[in-house]
Amino acid sequence: MDVEVLEGIFDANEKIARENEALFREHGVLAVNLMASPGAGKTSLISATLDRLAGRAQAGVIEGDIASSVDAEKIRTHGVPVVQINTGGACHLDAVMIRQALEHIDLSPLDLLIIENVGNLVCPAEFKLGESMRAMILSVAEGHDKPLKYPLMFSESDVLVVNKTDLIGMGDFDMEELRGTVTRMNPDIVIFEVSCRTGEGIEAWTSWLVERIAEHKERARRA
Amino acid sequence: MHELGVTESIAAICLKHAQRNNANRIIKVNVKLGDLAGIVDHYVSFYWDMVTKDTIAQGAELNFIKVPVVAYCRGCEEEFAVAEFDLTCPKCGEADTELVSGREFMVESIEIE
Repeated sequence: MDVEVLEGIFDANEKIARENEALFREHGVLAVNLMASPGAGKTSLISATLDRLAGRAQAGVIEGDIASSVDAEKIRTHGVPVVQINTGGACHLDAVMIRQALEHIDLSPLDLLIIENVGNLVCPAEFKLGESMRAMILSVAEGHDKPLKYPLMFSESDVLVVNKTDLIGMGDFDMEELRGTVTRMNPDIVIFEVSCRTGEGIEAWTSWLVERIAEHKERARRA
Repeated sequence: MHELGVTESIAAICLKHAQRNNANRIIKVNVKLGDLAGIVDHYVSFYWDMVTKDTIAQGAELNFIKVPVVAYCRGCEEEFAVAEFDLTCPKCGEADTELVSGREFMVESIEIE
């Protein structure tokens, strides 16, 4: 006997992701799922962004790591609420982990929640968390050929932050080629060029983020 | 990279539907898999026997129905096959396009007895 099933293999995760999403909307919080390889600069970008955001938006951070609370300790020095998730080996965050983390963070005073995913350019792209925006970082040191090698992440992201632009010229990284490849894969993606080390480009990225927060709040208010 | 977890999810979905239909045995499982889903069917098949051991799905054939990556061009109002993840329309060269298929990953049906 044939039985029609038509059940998505990620359906269980996506159901909880939708519940998280509703919770973010209810509180008018822009939730950003920040994904990148290890060492691309996720924690550095969050630190630099929090510095620029002071007085403009209230932010909170969920730190996802396989182990340790090294990143959470760094972020805590910025005086924002931080929750650390240790995945205990899992290569990505999922919606259930976010739901559990949300029990330890008060969304009411927040405008922005940055979720730092596990350092990995593959798996995090497949698991929705309920985020309002998917952001990814590619660092110059990783090379401009990465979009074709890790297509899902580049296809799924709303915004790409190219970090470590201070290293351009030290290798064969080609920004125009990267922009061309990424735009052909994902025509709507927004691209920023920054250096967390020198601070170059951070203000443009932060201002854009502040605009998205306002837009998201307005949409949440109308809904 | 997490094909083991994914295989466990497939097995759980199949066993749930098999039990609902009072099945004694699952013979075949049809999984729809888009080329852009990021799942390597070879590894899922590798874990399948291990995951279904001592269940009514043990020995069931795992069949993948591959779904090609297809996009739609709003300008030309036509669909086209996507090669190399390039969403630019091959006809007009514009990128005013959207993905139609390629991200599928679902248990479509099971054959039971």
